[in-house]
Amino acid sequence: MYAFELERPSTLADAVAALSGGEAQPLSGGQTLIPTLKQRLASPGKLVSLTGIKELRGIRLDDAGQLAVGAATPHVQVAAQDHYPALAHLAANIGDPAVRNRGTIGGSLANNDPSACYPAAALGSGATIVTNTREIKADDYFTGLFDTALEEGEIITEVRFPVPRRAAYAKFEQPASRFALVGVFVAQYAQGVRVAVTGASEGGVFRWAEAEKALAADFSADALSGLALDGAGMIADLHGSGAYRAHLTGVMTRRAVAAAG
Amino acid sequence: MPKVSMTVNGKSASGDVEGRTLLVEFIRETLGLTGTHVGCDTSQCGACVVHVDGQAVKSCTMFAAEAEGAEVTTIEGMAGADGTLHPIQQAFQDHHGLQCGYCTPGMVMSAAALLADNPKPGEAEIRDYLEGNICRCTGYHNIVKAIMAASGQDVGRIAAE
Ligand SMILES: Cc1cc2nc3c(=O)[nH]c(=O)nc-3n(C[C@H](O)[C@H](O)[C@H](O)COP(=O)(O)OP(=O)(O)OC[C@H]3O[C@@H](n4cnc5c(N)ncnc54)[C@H](O)[C@@H]3O)c2cc1C
Ligand code: FES
Ligand code: FES
Repeated sequence: MYAFELERPSTLADAVAALSGGEAQPLSGGQTLIPTLKQRLASPGKLVSLTGIKELRGIRLDDAGQLAVGAATPHVQVAAQDHYPALAHLAANIGDPAVRNRGTIGGSLANNDPSACYPAAALGSGATIVTNTREIKADDYFTGLFDTALEEGEIITEVRFPVPRRAAYAKFEQPASRFALVGVFVAQYAQGVRVAVTGASEGGVFRWAEAEKALAADFSADALSGLALDGAGMIADLHGSGAYRAHLTGVMTRRAVAAAG
Repeated sequence: MPKVSMTVNGKSASGDVEGRTLLVEFIRETLGLTGTHVGCDTSQCGACVVHVDGQAVKSCTMFAAEAEGAEVTTIEGMAGADGTLHPIQQAFQDHHGLQCGYCTPGMVMSAAALLADNPKPGEAEIRDYLEGNICRCTGYHNIVKAIMAASGQDVGRIAAE
C-alpha cells in the first residue's frame, strides 16, 4: 500500500469538506477498498472514513413507508431487520460473518462490482440512492462495470427501498470468492414486477424486461418457460461461459420466483 | 504520526500509526501479540480474525486507526491469567481440531463470536459461520466437533464428510 492520510470525521458536513480537496476517497467498511489499496490499484492521497459518522448508520422506515438504510450500515444490521425479509436474506449471505460485520451497503453500491449482491436489490426494488447533493433513481444509477452516476467527492448517505408485496433473491454462489456467479432479485409491487440480474452481464447489473412482463401477467415460475437470454455480452471466465451464465439466469429467476412464494 | 489508543485484552494500548497501518500490524508489531496470524493478507482466509467491540473482524482488512477507542480481543485474551485454556481452546485440543495450528487463532475467535450469538449451534450453522475461515490441514471435521463440544453438545452424531 502507498502511504495516505486517514481522516475520521464525525459529521457528514466534515466528511464532504474533507473530500472536496481532490485526491481523497471515502472509506467505509474497507472490505473492497483495503484489498484494492494493497494491490496498489488505487493510490488516494487521503482516505476519509465514514464509519464514525452516526447520521450515516442505522435503519428506519421513512414517511413513505420505505426502508431507509444509512450508507455506512454494515451488512450484519441489514440482515437483522425484519421489515424487508428478502433484503435481510440477501445481506445475510454476503461473504462471511467478518465481512458482514464491516462491509456496508454504501460501499457496495459505490463500488458496483458486476458480481455484487446489493446492486441487484437496489435495481430490483427500484430503490432511491440518496447522496449529499441529490436523489438518484436506481434505474439511472448503475452505469456500467464498476461505474455509477456518482460524481467525484459525492457521498451516498442513504438508500431507500420501497417494500414489495413479495420478493426473493436467488444467488448461485461462486464458492471461492463468495460473490454471485449469477444472482437474481425478483420483487412484486402494485405497479408491476422487477427482475434484476447480477453476476451475468459484462455491463453490470441489469433488468430482464421480458421476464418482468411475463411475471406481471402471471407471477409463477412456469410463466418464465420459453424465455431465454443470449450469451453474447455475458461475462465469460474460468468459472463459466457466457452461454452458461445466460442459462443460469433463467434458472435463478425461476428459483427466486418460487422462493418469493 | 497520529496516535491510536484502544483496549486490547482488557489492557489499554496505544501507539503511533500511519494511515495505512493495519490493525493486525499494530497487534503483532507494535504490541508484540503474535498469536494473531496473517494467512493470506487478501481478506480470504480468516487466520487474522479478532474481536472488535465483540464482533469478529479480519484484522488484515481494517486500519488500526479505525479501532480508536475500541475493545479488542485477540487469541492471547482467551486463556485465563493462570494459563487455563478457554473452553473452546480446550475443546480444540481434546478433539484434534488443529494440525499445523496456523488457522487456529482465527478459528477460535470466530467460534467464540458464533457461540456468543448462538450458544448451541447445529453442525450446519457451524460450517456456515466458518465460511470465511480456511484450514488446509484438518478437513474441518474435528474443528466442527470441537465447537459442538465446547458448546456442551454431543459430538457423536456428526456426519463424517
Ligand atoms: C471475502 C469477501 C467476500 C465477499 N463476498 C461478497 C458477496 O458475496 N456479495 C457482495 O455483494 N459483496 C461481497 N463482498 C464485498 C463486500 O460486500 C464489501 O463490503 C462491499 O463491496 C464494499 O463495502 P465496504 O463498506 O467495505 O466499502 P469500502 O471497501 O470501504 O469502499 C468501496 C468503494 O466505495 C467507495 N465508498 C464507500 N462508501 C461510500 C459512500 N457512502 N459514498 C460514496 N462512495 C463510497 C469507496 O471510496 C471505495 O471506492 C465480499 C468481500 C470480501 C472481502
Ligand atoms: S490474513 Fe486476514 S483474511 Fe487472511
Ligand atoms: S490446522 Fe493447519 S491450517 Fe488449519
